Amino acid sequence: MTSPAPVVASSDIGVLQAGQTYRSVGDLIEGRVLDHRTGRVWWIAFAVSGIGMLVFLGAIGWLFHIGLGIWGINMPVAWGFAIANCVWWIGIGHAGTFISAVLLLARQRWRTSINRFAEAMTLFAAGMAGLFPLLHLGRPWFAYWLAPYPDRMGLWPQWRSPLVWDFFAIATYLAVSFLFWYLGLMPDLASLRDRARQPWKAITFGVLAMGWRGEARQWSRHRTAYLLLAGLATPLVVSVHSVVSLDFAIGNTPGYHSTIFPPFFVAGALLSGFAMVITLAVPLRYFFGLQAVITPRHFDNAAKVVLATCCLLGYGYVMEIFTAFYSGDRYEIAVTLQRWTGPYAFVYWGMIFCNIVAPQVLWWRRNRRNLALLFGLSLVVNVGMWAERVMIVVTSLYHDYLPSAWGLYVPTGWDWLFLAGSICTFAWLFLVFVRLLPAISIAEMRGLVHASAAPEGPP
Amino acid sequence: MKPWGLLAQFESVESLVHAARAVRTAGYRRAETYAPFDIEAIDEALRLPPPRTAAATLAGALLGGAGGYFLQWYAAVVDLPLNIGGRPGHSWPMFIPVTFEMTILGGALAAVAAFFIGSRLPSLDHPVFGAPGFEAATRDGFFLCLRADDPAWNETDARRLLSELRPMALHALEAVPP
Repeated sequence: MTSPAPVVASSDIGVLQAGQTYRSVGDLIEGRVLDHRTGRVWWIAFAVSGIGMLVFLGAIGWLFHIGLGIWGINMPVAWGFAIANCVWWIGIGHAGTFISAVLLLARQRWRTSINRFAEAMTLFAAGMAGLFPLLHLGRPWFAYWLAPYPDRMGLWPQWRSPLVWDFFAIATYLAVSFLFWYLGLMPDLASLRDRARQPWKAITFGVLAMGWRGEARQWSRHRTAYLLLAGLATPLVVSVHSVVSLDFAIGNTPGYHSTIFPPFFVAGALLSGFAMVITLAVPLRYFFGLQAVITPRHFDNAAKVVLATCCLLGYGYVMEIFTAFYSGDRYEIAVTLQRWTGPYAFVYWGMIFCNIVAPQVLWWRRNRRNLALLFGLSLVVNVGMWAERVMIVVTSLYHDYLPSAWGLYVPTGWDWLFLAGSICTFAWLFLVFVRLLPAISIAEMRGLVHASAAPEGPP
Repeated sequence: MKPWGLLAQFESVESLVHAARAVRTAGYRRAETYAPFDIEAIDEALRLPPPRTAAATLAGALLGGAGGYFLQWYAAVVDLPLNIGGRPGHSWPMFIPVTFEMTILGGALAAVAAFFIGSRLPSLDHPVFGAPGFEAATRDGFFLCLRADDPAWNETDARRLLSELRPMALHALEAVPP
C-alpha cells in the first residue's frame, strides 16, 4: 500500500530537456525564490538598477518642481522623448500578452517556459508607458481629469479624443494583463506555500495563493477562465497599440495622418516586444541555470517571430513611402524626403538598419540558435524600435506646413536621463520579480512533463 | 468522531483518473481530486458539469460594453452637449474605441470573478490541508477525497472502495473547527 510512486520523467521534446520530473522542475524554479542562491551578479544588477531607479524618482520630483522646460521640447516639436518612450514601452509590453494569449489559443507548447516572465515584462513595460504621458502633462496633478466621474465642474472627458481612448486602452490593458498574470500565478503560489520552510514565507505565499488546493473543480474553472481571458486579451493586444497609433493618425499632420498606422504600430510592437523577451531570457537562463526548460528551440521560435514582424514592419515602411508619393500631397512628400535627407536622417537610416537590415541574419538557423548573437541583435532591435518612435514623433512635427513654423528639437540631458531612468526602473522591477516570484509557470511545466512522458499514440 | 471525509493518495495521473471514474460510477457525486497541474481527463471522469464561467464572461462583457457606450452617450448628448460647428452630439463611430475597451474589461473582470466565486476562493482553511503529506498536492501527489456529506456516503463502504483502488496512503479528514 505504500510502494514508492514511479518517477515520471520527461522525454526530450525540444522545448523541454529529457529527464525532468514533476519534482525537479518545481525545485529548479522554486529554488530561485525560496533559497538565497541568486548570486553576486543579481546583486550587482540590483544595486545598479536600484540607483538608476532612485535617480529616476529624483528626476521626476525635479520635473514636477520646475516643469517641462527641463526637456528639449518646445514649439513646434511639443512631443519629444516622453511620447516616444511611452509608445516604445507600450510596444515592448505587447509581447507578453501575445505570448500568453495568442500562443495559448494556438496551442504552442513553447510558450510554457517563457509566458510568466514575459507577462511580468508586459506589466512593468506598460507601467513605464503609463507613466510618461503623466510626466508629459505639464500639470500632472490634473491627471485624474482623464477619468470620467461626476464632478462639480459639470465636465466630462472629450470622448472623440484619441488621448481619452488611449487612457481607456492602457488602463484596460494593465488591468487585464494583471488579472491574467495573477490567475496563472495562483497554483504556483500554492506550490511555494507548501515548499516554504520559514513560516512568514509560507504565510505570505499562502495569503497570495488565496487557499488554492488544486481541486478538480478549481482546475476546471481555472482552465476556462484562463482561456476566456486569453480570448479577450488577444483582440485587446491588437487594439491597444492601434489606439496608441490613433493618437498620431487622427491628427492632421503630414507623416502622422495615415491609415496604415494601426497595423504598422502593432507589427513594430511585436518586434520590439519579442526582442525584449530575448534580451531578458538570455541572462535569465544563463544566471538562473534554466537551460533545461528554456532551450535553443525557444530562442529559435522567438527569433522567427522577430524575423516575421521585421518583414511586416518593412512592408509598413515601404507602404508609408508609397502612399506619401501616390497621394501627390506635397507636404507628405516633403516629410518623407526630409526623413531621408534632413537633419534627423541618421535616425531614419539607423532605424532601417536596426529594424530591417540587421534581423535578416535570422534567416539562417545557425544564427537563430547562437545566443550571443541573438542577445546582441535583440539590443540592436530595441534601439532601432526606439529610433522609430522618435522618428515618427519628431520628424513629422519639426517640418510641417509653413516654413515659419519649422524648428529643430534637441534633447537635453534630462531627456536622456528620463529614458535611462525608465530602463533602470524596468530592470529593477524585473530583478525583484525574478527574485520573489517564480519566473516560469511551475504547474504548466509539470503538465508538460506529464504530456511528454506519456506514451506516444499511434502514428 | 465522525470524519469530514476520506483522502486517498494515488501514485500517478492514470491511477487517479481510474480511481475518479470508479468512485463516480459507485455513485459519489461530490468526490474531489487534487493534483499539482491541470488534468483534463478528470473532468470527464468525475462528470463535472461545465462551469458557468463562459456565460458570466459574456454577461460581463455585454454589461461593460453597454455601460461604456451609455456613459459616453449620456455625457456627450444629455449632460454636456457641446455644439462644435453643428456636429452631432451622438457621434457613435467615435464612441467605439472606449466601448470596445470597456467590453474587454467587463468580460475579464467577470471571468475572474466567476472563477473565484465558482471555486469558493479565497478560503485559506480547508479540511484537506490537515491531512499528512497533503503538501504533495502542489508537487507530485495525486489525491482523491470522498466527502461525508456526499449522498452516497457510508464510511465502511467508502473505506473499502478506496482500499480496493490500491492507494499509496489513506487518511480520514477532520472538519475544520469553525
